[in-house]
Amino acid sequence: MSKGETTPSQTVGPYLHIGLPWPDGPYALAEEAEGGFWIRGTLYDGAGAPIPDGLIETWQADPEGRFDHPDDPRGAQAWPGFRGFGRCETDAEGRFGIRTLKPGPVPGLGGAMQAPHIDVSVFARGMLNRTVTRIYFPEEAEANAADPVLAAVPEPERATLIARPAEDGYVFDIRVQGKDETVFFDI
Amino acid sequence: MSTDPRADGVPLAAGYQRDHEVHPPLDYPGYRSTALRHPKRPLQLLPHMLTEVTGPVLGEGRIGETDNDLTRQHEDEPQGQRIIVHGQVRDSDGRPVPNTLIEIWQANAGGRYRHAVDNWPSPLDPNFSGVGRTLTDAQGRYRFVTIRPGAYPWGNHDNAWRPAHIHFSLFGQAFTQRLVTQMYFPGDPLFFQDPMWNSIPDEKARQRLVARFDYANTAPEWALAFEWDIVLRGRESTVFESEVDDG
Repeated sequence: MSKGETTPSQTVGPYLHIGLPWPDGPYALAEEAEGGFWIRGTLYDGAGAPIPDGLIETWQADPEGRFDHPDDPRGAQAWPGFRGFGRCETDAEGRFGIRTLKPGPVPGLGGAMQAPHIDVSVFARGMLNRTVTRIYFPEEAEANAADPVLAAVPEPERATLIARPAEDGYVFDIRVQGKDETVFFDI
Repeated sequence: MSTDPRADGVPLAAGYQRDHEVHPPLDYPGYRSTALRHPKRPLQLLPHMLTEVTGPVLGEGRIGETDNDLTRQHEDEPQGQRIIVHGQVRDSDGRPVPNTLIEIWQANAGGRYRHAVDNWPSPLDPNFSGVGRTLTDAQGRYRFVTIRPGAYPWGNHDNAWRPAHIHFSLFGQAFTQRLVTQMYFPGDPLFFQDPMWNSIPDEKARQRLVARFDYANTAPEWALAFEWDIVLRGRESTVFESEVDDG
């Protein structure tokens, strides 16, 4: 086999809700575990209409910036009640929510530290491949200013990657297209 | 030992090969629903760092006893042609991807999904949910028993029909390897008018979505077999080194 012969992506289609949601999907932090908060948001299309047939997935470090995974060179380390992965289908109003913990700063390239962040995949009918974005935190102004990924994003668009504070956590809306289009990454 | 990663020089695992040319564009006018659902700004390049080269390790706890046999999830058997769908998950360097979660969902034999918004006039099957999951074994192999799904009409264009397909969702071992796709059946006469199929730029890449009829693994007097291998992105050869920087 030569390199590059990967399997192409296809859309999740309109019936993803029968196959992908899990009862505990939104709980990147277990429901009974303490210290968590919600990240809630709405997924919008280019006309500003909510997307009801979408799915959000999140992946992040624990509060010490570590991953429970063999490729974390510091050694896999589990945090009690923390899966690090969240999955939530959008509801009829395009809304989703993930219950989680705040990640710590994560080492980047060349000694630079990355600000606390969460990687996000967006799937939907009408998307032939997933789109990928990141959530950053509003109270981390200093770390965000030094973050190498944010620094590479044109300044006026950076705000689309920063969650807003809310009563039970944060709000992070995702606009696939149009005014205030969310920044998406080539992964 | 300090738990502040800032004090450590952390060698990062290699990133994953980028394979854009294989995948459909997000903006594909032939599939009308892409019009308002693709970003118009250019994507920003995201280097593969720790968050991208790691991913959820999802184990046995997510798998129930009949999750890999969609014909045994109800009191009676579903209608339709019983099939075995099996294959191997590898990366593009040929390495098997072991112990990774595969989720599938599909229409029943008549082309109807058990979903609130699928209401075309083809009956539901009380003995078929159309949802399965399994983990690959140590060699990256998986196996499902299911029913061959039917084709179904949709509203994308005049007399539009989706070729029969099974939706597959795979995690691989890293956020970067995540893949959701569809498996098709050999010789389907509906490919020519299907925008999902046609959205894949390279004909050879399209063919990689088509299972192979596998007579050798057919279960005599029981089920036909199809073999479908799935190839996820392999690793880059370069390992980056994060340098000590404690100021």
